[in-house]
Amino acid sequence: MSRYFTEDHEWIDVDGDTGTVGISDYAQSQLGDIVFVEVPDAGRALGKGDEAAVVESVKAASDVYSPVSGNVLEGNPALTDEPALVNSDPEGEGWFFKITLSDASELDALMDETAYAAFVAKL
Amino acid sequence: MSINASGWKPTTPVAGGNAAPTFTGNKALMLEEPLIFEIGSTETTGVDFADGDVAGSRLGDLTRKSAIGLPGLSEQETVRHYTRLSRQNYAIDLGLFPLGSCTMKHNPRLNEKVARMPGFADIHPLQPVDTVQGALGVINELAVWLIKLTGMYGVAMSPKAGAHGELCGILCIKAALEKRGEGHRKVVLVPESAHGTNPATAAFAGFSVEDIPATDEGRIDTAALKARLGPDVAAVMITNPNTCGLFERDLKEISDAVHAAGGYVYCDGANFNAIVGRVRPGDLGVDAMHINLHKTFSTPHGGGGPGSGPVVLSEALAPFGPLPYTARTKDGYVHLIEEERAEEFSNEHFGGKLDSFGRMVAFHGQMGMFTRALAYILSHGADGLKQVAEDAVLNANYVLRSLEDVLDAPFAGAGPCMHEAIFSDKGFAAGFSTIDAAKALIDEGFHPMTMYFPLVVHGAMLIEPTETESRGALDQFIGALRSVAERAKAGDPSLKTAPHFAPRARLDETLAARKPVLTWKPPVVQAEAAE
Repeated sequence: MSRYFTEDHEWIDVDGDTGTVGISDYAQSQLGDIVFVEVPDAGRALGKGDEAAVVESVKAASDVYSPVSGNVLEGNPALTDEPALVNSDPEGEGWFFKITLSDASELDALMDETAYAAFVAKL
Repeated sequence: MSINASGWKPTTPVAGGNAAPTFTGNKALMLEEPLIFEIGSTETTGVDFADGDVAGSRLGDLTRKSAIGLPGLSEQETVRHYTRLSRQNYAIDLGLFPLGSCTMKHNPRLNEKVARMPGFADIHPLQPVDTVQGALGVINELAVWLIKLTGMYGVAMSPKAGAHGELCGILCIKAALEKRGEGHRKVVLVPESAHGTNPATAAFAGFSVEDIPATDEGRIDTAALKARLGPDVAAVMITNPNTCGLFERDLKEISDAVHAAGGYVYCDGANFNAIVGRVRPGDLGVDAMHINLHKTFSTPHGGGGPGSGPVVLSEALAPFGPLPYTARTKDGYVHLIEEERAEEFSNEHFGGKLDSFGRMVAFHGQMGMFTRALAYILSHGADGLKQVAEDAVLNANYVLRSLEDVLDAPFAGAGPCMHEAIFSDKGFAAGFSTIDAAKALIDEGFHPMTMYFPLVVHGAMLIEPTETESRGALDQFIGALRSVAERAKAGDPSLKTAPHFAPRARLDETLAARKPVLTWKPPVVQAEAAE
């Protein structure tokens, strides 16, 4: 399984043709306390870069974009009652949605963990 | 000669100190106030009704079986409750209100006097038009002023506030595109320097929104915007002056490019206060712009009254404006044009060119705001309005330059700001952010500034002092913010728990947002609970 990052601070774990998407630890630290998350419904077709989810903190509301094209398998039901999971475990329990990849070559344009760390260091 | 020029004051002991807590929780004139459900008795009523004598009801099984659960208060208890609550509020009549993007200026009492005249205050929108010629005349005259001040062609008076006005403008654009057979234009471009309501409006009207980046100096990236124009672009929404407090200098160039590409230009006029009387958006190629009467033209808002957001329109969009509208014919009579007469009147007076997209509100708009705004315009006159913009900009620059040595001002190098000064939390000690400075300003007796907006500035503090503050008032605010900023830079731990002198200490905003308690539940009565 490998993890990729976008410049918009989403991460995606890929296992076969299934991806799990969330926002990075850097993103949650910039947003502050998360108070609301809206995840996509199962079955929704998403293009790469489409608005997939909404995350609201005490400071701001932001869109979360899909790092790849595909169909949503499920949204994380735990975030409805406990949006704080995105703060406490952004790259684990706080995942947003799972997606079936329709074009694995899209991953080539994303950053790996090292490249993303270098990207964040420059911000 | 002023009284007490020596500045002498009687010396009095400071309250508080090591006093024991009071029985009531009140602190002399600072009163604790319970919820309205927790005072009075449901057996009490302020009005003495006769017993109902309705014999059978036609509701059948649907009649109410339990008590409705309204609070029970006498008239005096009710009056005291709301008067006490009002004393816990902060208002423009109490002090400077530095909220950026809000233009919280003084509401002249002359406006209030005019708005309360029975000919304006005690009429009904369904009265025969013959009996309300004065009120309709006010709407019409205000419309003429707004068109003149903006250099536009027409105006829709009925939208009820800024975002409603945006929707009206975007619906005009949609109607114009459909009339041209170009309903396939589905993209609205919104620069990062625009107001947050702009993308929401476009999305609500069924368009897809695309961001255009801002330059490092806080203005639209004109080249990026031009590069994105094309046959799928319906409109561009621009806020000018923008949310970084800067004038979008390229607006004319942008408008020309948008028009050449077949799109329309929407301008968010929420910041019109900075340019009123100095710049006419019509000259910059704008097709639609809402004007917040409750900001630029001093009608009360922010809890003090409703908004009002007329939309001025270019010649290309004016035919599509909403109904109803007023029109004064040569005989001096003011007509109210509604659906029944729209086509006939349009054929008779406008060569059949009007093609309204429909209606946004039941009646004609916010009458009370119209009278206040017209009173403000007429009492200032053309020269006075020009000075409004000059003084608003001067005051904001005074704040910017007085604090740029202690607070990071990201766009200070871009030249003078317009009506609002913007600072970031860069330079604060580790762990300190804008929220701590804002809470400490409450202790200083000020309403905090706009925080964390615009998003392009880290920990943004957006301050709009408006033209109605005196230099003395500004100096006091600047002194307070300077002191707070110095404490934040030094890492003063007491700042993290501010406010200390407000009736409540710092609230847990995260908990309030995650687990809001929105309903009051009656306490369980002991006797019933035992059953």
